[in-house]
Amino acid sequence: MKETSRVGFRVERAGPLALLQDAGRFGVRRLGVTQGGPADLHGWAWANRLAGNPWGAAALEVTFGGLTLVAECDVTIAVAGADLGVTLDDTPLPLWQPVVVREGQTLRFGSPVNGLRAYLAPAGGFYAEPVLGSVSCVAREGLGGFDGHGSKLADGDRLTVSEKVGQAVEQTQAPERERIDYREPATLALLPGAQVRDFTGASLYAAFNQTWRVDDRADRMGVRLTGPPLACRVTSMISEGIGLGAVQVPPDGQPIALLNDRQTIGGYPRLGALTPLSAARLAQCLPGQEVRLSATSTENALMAYRHFRCSFGT
Amino acid sequence: MSANGQHLPRIEAAGLDGWLVRLFDRIEEDNLAWISALARECEMAFGAALIDLVPSYTTLLVVFDPMQLTPLAARERLVERLRQLQPDEAALAGEVHELPTWYDTSVGPDLERVAEHAGLSVEQVIDCHASATYRVFALGFAPGFAFMGLLDEKLEVPRLDTPRKRVPVNSVAITGRQTAAYPAATPGGWNLLGRTAATLFDREREGFSLLNVGDRVCFVSVDRDTFASKGGDTTPVDDT
Repeated sequence: MKETSRVGFRVERAGPLALLQDAGRFGVRRLGVTQGGPADLHGWAWANRLAGNPWGAAALEVTFGGLTLVAECDVTIAVAGADLGVTLDDTPLPLWQPVVVREGQTLRFGSPVNGLRAYLAPAGGFYAEPVLGSVSCVAREGLGGFDGHGSKLADGDRLTVSEKVGQAVEQTQAPERERIDYREPATLALLPGAQVRDFTGASLYAAFNQTWRVDDRADRMGVRLTGPPLACRVTSMISEGIGLGAVQVPPDGQPIALLNDRQTIGGYPRLGALTPLSAARLAQCLPGQEVRLSATSTENALMAYRHFRCSFGT
Repeated sequence: MSANGQHLPRIEAAGLDGWLVRLFDRIEEDNLAWISALARECEMAFGAALIDLVPSYTTLLVVFDPMQLTPLAARERLVERLRQLQPDEAALAGEVHELPTWYDTSVGPDLERVAEHAGLSVEQVIDCHASATYRVFALGFAPGFAFMGLLDEKLEVPRLDTPRKRVPVNSVAITGRQTAAYPAATPGGWNLLGRTAATLFDREREGFSLLNVGDRVCFVSVDRDTFASKGGDTTPVDDT
């Protein structure tokens, strides 16, 4: 533990999936190392901002809920993203705003009420030793997390936080428009890719005009969508690099939107790529939820992304 | 160059933060000289705005920071660099690695299946696999997992119908005209021939991955004792 960090929480119950995430692991994708980072960039960024942290601080991504933490010191936190029925000493915790937690208080994540992934950011951010430039936890690769080896949280673990060096916590709440109701049907913006012309006309019409259902085969690698099978004249290609949000269509015609922990290369034809904010939005959808795909332009996607990022002062 | 009647190289959309440069439409060893050269040019052209480069058999994915560079500006830089691109012949030399490998049915449970499929003896399969020098075409699937080729046509076998839930670390495997060694224990559907004693991915090592795109690799057949003395794990594959 470095001098400027301290134990912030003790894990009373680890729950199914809670992962440390900074912005992600960059510059090593050519070695087959995945990107990692928060599946919902939007919720993660807000949790950090509300806790007074700079862009890129490490927060805990809690999927489904089930996590119970006990504070080992007084610490300001913010929880944003999904509403997983979080309580502080059995009182509902207000989301999307900073909250002071006192030593000994119990923070308990319940189960999904609205959305799938909640982000817990302590002021100063969680502290762990970076591995290949990042603390983002990728269990499959054995990289990152609190122990550096991609291990899941275990009961009794002690989670370290950095001593607060960021700016003072000032914002009292995230504006209403940023608190997304993830239960609403989502329209996901997609930048068409080069193979779009290899899909049949009927398939392209279906892709952008029919409703897609989020399948239960969904994780941080990718989210499968079920609906009308899409036909592509190309069934497999020589493997090539694939970006965040790429929507690949394997021979069964059911698209898979690839998220942060995707493999670095792949060989299925792609409709295109979701914008970063649409990939984030999809990561909050529960299985069975309906989504639509909507083609967008690079100009619009860039404007939306830059507007989002600039609101975090980076 | 042409693919589907279209001119190459071609710069294809790959999301808000990336362009995929398609340089070739077929897997050839010489592709590498051009892909490496372009990767180096990108490092110079993009500087701090460069996030990642993902070379593969015929392409280079260039990932940049859209806060620093618009996709259009990024594309222009690529066009400019492609216009004056010269192949990097040195990349073809590549680093040469010899991977000490114990070929045995206990750690290579698919040896007999491959032999039967190829109409060869197990010894002939081993000789054939160990006598060639392979090129690393791409890394992917897992950190440090190198896709190498081209495997002798005689040994061409399809993937397993049902992938193993857990392929032990350092397993040496083949499928199609490719060969690889598993840097970590993962699920996998390739045919296992043996196990290497080399450390393929090491977070403490400069560059992390033993094998990089463009490197050349020979699998050197060693006996059990030599394999064990080099730190090889002789635990048999558990297929139950």
